[in-house]
Amino acid sequence: MSPSTAAAPLLQVRNLRVEFPTRRGTLVAVDDVSFDVAPGEVLGVVGESGAGKSLTGAAIIGLLEPPGRIAGGQVILEGQRIDDLPYEQMRKIRGARIGAIFQDPLTSLNPLYSVGRQLVETIQTHLPLSAFDARARAVGLLKEVGIPGAETRVDHYPHQFSGGMRQRVVIALALCANPRLIIADEPTTALDVSIQAQIIALLKGLCREHGTAVVLVTHDMGVIAETADRVAVMYAGRLAEIGPVRDVVKNARHPYTRGLMGSIPSIGGHAERLTQIDGAMPRLTAIPSGCAFNPRCPQAGVRCSIERPDLMRAGPSRAACWLYDSAGVGAPAAREAARG
Amino acid sequence: MISFVLNRVAQAAGVLLAVGFIAFSLFTYVGDPINAMVGQDTSQQEKEELREKLGLNDPAPLQFARFIGNVVQGKFGLSYRTSDPVGRLILERLPATLELALCAALFALGVGVPLGVYTGLYPRHWTSRLLQAVSLIGISLPTFLIGILLIVFFAVILNVLPSFGRGETVKFGWWTSGYFTVAGLKALILPSVTLGLFQLTLIMRLVRSEMLEVMRTDYIKFARARGLSNRAINYGHALKNTLVPVITVTGLQLGAIIAFAIITETVFSWPGMGQLFVQSVQFADIPVMAAYLLLVSAFFVTINLAVDLLYYVVDPRLRGSTGGRH
Amino acid sequence: MSLRDRIGRAADSDIWFSFKASPVTMVAAGLTAFIFLAALLAPLLAVQNPYDPASLNLSDAMKPPVFFGGDWSFPLGSDDQGRDLYSTILYGTRMSLFVGLCCVVVAMVIGITLGLVSGYVGGAVEAVIMRIADVQLTFPAILIALLIDGVVRGIISVKRHDEIAGFVIIVSISLSLWVQYARTVRGSVLVERNKEYVQAARVIGLSRWLIMIRHVLPNVMGPVMVIATINLGVAIITEATLSFLGVGLPATQPSLGTLIRIGNEYLNSGEWWITIFPGITLAALVLAVNMLGDWLRDALNPKLR
Repeated sequence: MSPSTAAAPLLQVRNLRVEFPTRRGTLVAVDDVSFDVAPGEVLGVVGESGAGKSLTGAAIIGLLEPPGRIAGGQVILEGQRIDDLPYEQMRKIRGARIGAIFQDPLTSLNPLYSVGRQLVETIQTHLPLSAFDARARAVGLLKEVGIPGAETRVDHYPHQFSGGMRQRVVIALALCANPRLIIADEPTTALDVSIQAQIIALLKGLCREHGTAVVLVTHDMGVIAETADRVAVMYAGRLAEIGPVRDVVKNARHPYTRGLMGSIPSIGGHAERLTQIDGAMPRLTAIPSGCAFNPRCPQAGVRCSIERPDLMRAGPSRAACWLYDSAGVGAPAAREAARG
Repeated sequence: MISFVLNRVAQAAGVLLAVGFIAFSLFTYVGDPINAMVGQDTSQQEKEELREKLGLNDPAPLQFARFIGNVVQGKFGLSYRTSDPVGRLILERLPATLELALCAALFALGVGVPLGVYTGLYPRHWTSRLLQAVSLIGISLPTFLIGILLIVFFAVILNVLPSFGRGETVKFGWWTSGYFTVAGLKALILPSVTLGLFQLTLIMRLVRSEMLEVMRTDYIKFARARGLSNRAINYGHALKNTLVPVITVTGLQLGAIIAFAIITETVFSWPGMGQLFVQSVQFADIPVMAAYLLLVSAFFVTINLAVDLLYYVVDPRLRGSTGGRH
Repeated sequence: MSLRDRIGRAADSDIWFSFKASPVTMVAAGLTAFIFLAALLAPLLAVQNPYDPASLNLSDAMKPPVFFGGDWSFPLGSDDQGRDLYSTILYGTRMSLFVGLCCVVVAMVIGITLGLVSGYVGGAVEAVIMRIADVQLTFPAILIALLIDGVVRGIISVKRHDEIAGFVIIVSISLSLWVQYARTVRGSVLVERNKEYVQAARVIGLSRWLIMIRHVLPNVMGPVMVIATINLGVAIITEATLSFLGVGLPATQPSLGTLIRIGNEYLNSGEWWITIFPGITLAALVLAVNMLGDWLRDALNPKLR
């Protein structure tokens, strides 16, 4: 079902590092994160709040808020490096080749302009269409995202739409110029549970139709399991594990992921006890040496607090954990861990 | 829409009536209008007759109704100080104040808004920091001091601009205008700058902080994510969203300009209503004070009403949800 | 988002840090302290008592400052009554500060009381107080102060008015400044009133007033202090303006505003020092106070940065 990751990647993120200089020192919010997104693929990015997942998304579209900045690594879109482009060139990529959907549809739309005006201005920014054609396209997009009575609704203002409908408008705005990639940052978090599923289904359906790839940032494993082809798990600004969604959900490799999976009600319906991970994610000012997860890890060994693990092959996935060190040098004490 | 307007008009009328009542109370109970009107040698009985004749012995509500009736016709009684009809005194001085206030307001808005937008968009640029610091000095300098400093520099040292009066004026019926002569326009410069400077800094600081606030909102971030040009974001999306608070404060400031004209007119010996008011306060000339209070309130209330209606034009959320929520 | 919040909160948590980080604020604080001290010690620092007619000599009138043809007995020159400007400025600053502080305190007491009452009692009382506040807010403070001053003049004789001018001016300015406090306090009371701890205190039988004074009041002290600092500048300016307009403190007890007014009459004839020196003092005082207020507001309200 899922597109092969062997195809030439649409997006490559290489060793991305995002820093926040503060007067008490520099915080590393995203640390050495690398992943690819294939054309048409949905990559889920999960993690607790503060894990750096939203910042990764913001870094890709070049909208980190100062004083946050990309301090290292590369972002490559269709073979072109985009993290170092001047503002004006990056602006032409945003909306045209990378769309974005934000968390809160209530605040994502300008309250003083009609929905149609905001669509038309986005369309005309990126496509050489007349005002008339742009409006026609706007109505078409509203229809496509399932807004009833699009012909009249196009002239309505955001406050006249409900939350779910507004998020549909936001999706329409992201699709204006048919981008190849959409960064969706917690697109359903602010919505009612009943509407979340609709929006996710809509997003997934539209992207499949248009062949658009999605980087879906969320803390909701349920959404990931339903939508994503692959999933990247982030912890304290680092990638803990990345792999096909089925493998990560059913057969998590990294102890942190395993804890994360244990703490959500089982999707398969097994009546297991929910588990919890002891402790809390470290503050960015005090990330432990070695593996960031080692103080909370039930399987931590001596090496884990000294040396930082890179992503290592673990079945179909890759995990940043010494348990999967193929060389076997100084492997941690817990040996039964290979199968959870 | 109509109920909205009616509601606001009713509120405005309520405020005016309250101010009218205060003015009436001043008029009737503070100082004795009879003593102010008659000579030293008038007998007690004559005073009583006059009192009766003027209706000062009538019940208060009747007197109040009569007072309001007179006010509506522009009759404010006689000045204690000059014995002239107050209505005429004020009318003579109205054009001077209004022309000054208009110039000051245009100056404050025309310079304040662009500076505010600039400092809001580029808060870290050194010119913005400089402007912000200078604006704090502008707010800290009392109006009269600014006027005096301007006089010292432009009138005493450079001797290029007049330091008092309106210069040459042209008459249009009862209206006298300084807009049509060189001397009149020159005379307007220093007072307008003095009067407008405080409002300018206030408007600039307000626009700046609103702009900063709006630039942080999600819809501006989303507009960036949609790839809109900076121009469209800054002037289309951001500026329009700062308008609502800016309109409120600007409206209030226009009213304040008319009130602050009191100070500027005193500094520049500008023959306007403000100067008249200060003189009336010094001499406890109650009828003039009452009339001035009423007139200024009428200005304020009208401006507030206009501001409310402008909101309505700018912000679709106030127009009610015609489409209903889905 | 949460990261930004967290960074923001950590950075803004200590006011002291932001104080030390802002050299401008430190200069402002130093300047304010200097002026306060000079005003407090005026009788020790001054060479004559400008409020005592016996110490004045009309033959000393209109002496220029020391570097402009004057001499060291009148370092900043003298005014039309032969008052030494240096001493008069010290005393005038003292007067301006005293009146300003009194206005702020009186306005604060009135405002907090009315705010607490309207927030806690509600109903018609609240409606009346807040309506008055609304109406008053549309009128600039200076206009209201002028009006009150004029009315007082209408009620009492001019001679008696001079005797109690300081008192009248404090009342007029205070009555024009209370609204902001009342609104802030009321808003906060409305929020706090329904919180559990207030409900709990009620349940255990504490009196309503005790609850308000012990629990609600401390919560609003931050914003109230910001308003007070900013209002000190406003009160000083208003007093100076009223005095300048000739309806404030009398010429026998000149404040800075009165001095500037006296000097203004001689500006065109070249005696600039009577206006300029008090003007500079006034501007420095208000600027320093405003900078402190600005900084305090920013430090307590990170949103506005």
